[in-house]
Amino acid sequence: MNWDWLGRNAAEITSWTLSHLLLAGLPTVVGLVVAIPLGALASRYRWVYPPLVTLAGLLYTIPSIALFVLLPGLLGTGILDPVNVIVALSVYTVALMVRTVADALVSVPPDVRQAAIAMGFRPVRRLLTVELPIAIPVIGAGLRVAAVSNVSLVAVAALIGVQQLGQLFTKGEQLDFYTPIIAGIVLCALIAVVFDALILSAIRVTTPWRRTGVAA
Amino acid sequence: MAADGGGGVIGGIWAWLTTASNWDGPDGIWARSWEHLQYTLLAVAVALVIAVPIGALIGHTGRGTAVVAGLANALRALPSLGLLVMFALWSLDHLPIGIALQSAALAVLALLAIPPILTSTYAGVAAVDPATRDAAEGMGMTGGQVLIRVELPIALPLIFSGLRSGFLQAVATATIAAVVSLGGLGRYVLDGLAQQDYSKMAAGALLVALLAILGDRVLALVGYLLASPGVTGRRALARRVPALRAEVVVPATT
Repeated sequence: MNWDWLGRNAAEITSWTLSHLLLAGLPTVVGLVVAIPLGALASRYRWVYPPLVTLAGLLYTIPSIALFVLLPGLLGTGILDPVNVIVALSVYTVALMVRTVADALVSVPPDVRQAAIAMGFRPVRRLLTVELPIAIPVIGAGLRVAAVSNVSLVAVAALIGVQQLGQLFTKGEQLDFYTPIIAGIVLCALIAVVFDALILSAIRVTTPWRRTGVAA
Repeated sequence: MAADGGGGVIGGIWAWLTTASNWDGPDGIWARSWEHLQYTLLAVAVALVIAVPIGALIGHTGRGTAVVAGLANALRALPSLGLLVMFALWSLDHLPIGIALQSAALAVLALLAIPPILTSTYAGVAAVDPATRDAAEGMGMTGGQVLIRVELPIALPLIFSGLRSGFLQAVATATIAAVVSLGGLGRYVLDGLAQQDYSKMAAGALLVALLAILGDRVLALVGYLLASPGVTGRRALARRVPALRAEVVVPATT
């Protein structure tokens, strides 16, 4: 490791880290927010489920670099525009999460649902206050996978010149120099760990009934 | 570079794809697609040879599950581009120049294809109904026979879903191999970027997406045909042609 090089480039690396955080984090949130209503639709109306899951599977099949390159043509954005990366990763997150959300909602125990109906909960309130909270652990597990793979996928966008930690890899390749590559891998792994920890604690905070045994 | 929306983009891609000279020669679409497929299939084959035996053993014995799940997750957090560049630099220093870059790409592609195959294999074997396993043992099968004749065939559909994920991971990462001056369809993306030729980039991207989707469909079909009719619910069809089970002809519409 050449620490001098890291010190001299600290400002640039910091800004790449911040944009990496944004480029991986924002699509994770956007994807989740879009996937919840779609997944809820698919769990309520059985005929929506097969086409939605098939489409999601198809979208997930497209390699990220292909989507990064094709989106500017579809959206009319510039090839270097970070919006392409945000849209592409949001699409992947939705594709991954729609099925998870739908399956998680379907597996809510029927007697819980019946109890909520008997207490007079209308469908939307039942979804938001009973079914979704019960589905949180499963949805959260899916979101951890999506968030971590988003961190890795953002780096690929360095190939088309979008500024983030992936730049350290192309730089290392050009300079024939390990330091930026190792720094990039470590920082990406750190971001993944941070996202994972954030999601885990969010699951913990939003499902207090699951840790009553520990608290008592 | 301008990537203006609308018909101009699609027209440009179409024009590039329908130019005959773009299909022939060492930088032609046929050659590049073949290179891409070769990197991918070789890596997936290596990954299969490593991941299936280990996954089957873990699923069969139930030991080491936590370690493998942890490793698979950790590997997902590593950026594929970073791994590729690092392996490439290392092998240029330590391996014969002629095979250095290919070996590095093969190692990274296989490394990324292993976790999905490994986890789906052990999950599939571990999920076999204990009653089925007991019945096999009751019939006098040894542990190895139970694994090979009962557990693996039942786990096959799940193993194939892992294989498909591994294949997709390898196809996607093979595109990136162009960054360490290897071939494959990623060349069009990077060369197009360097030449400010968006049509070429987008055509390359489209070809990668097509290759991924086609390969995934083919693997899904092969998995469906290989799986025992009793597992996939293809029973009725198999009963009609019992002697030809391995070559069951599925109507094109299914």
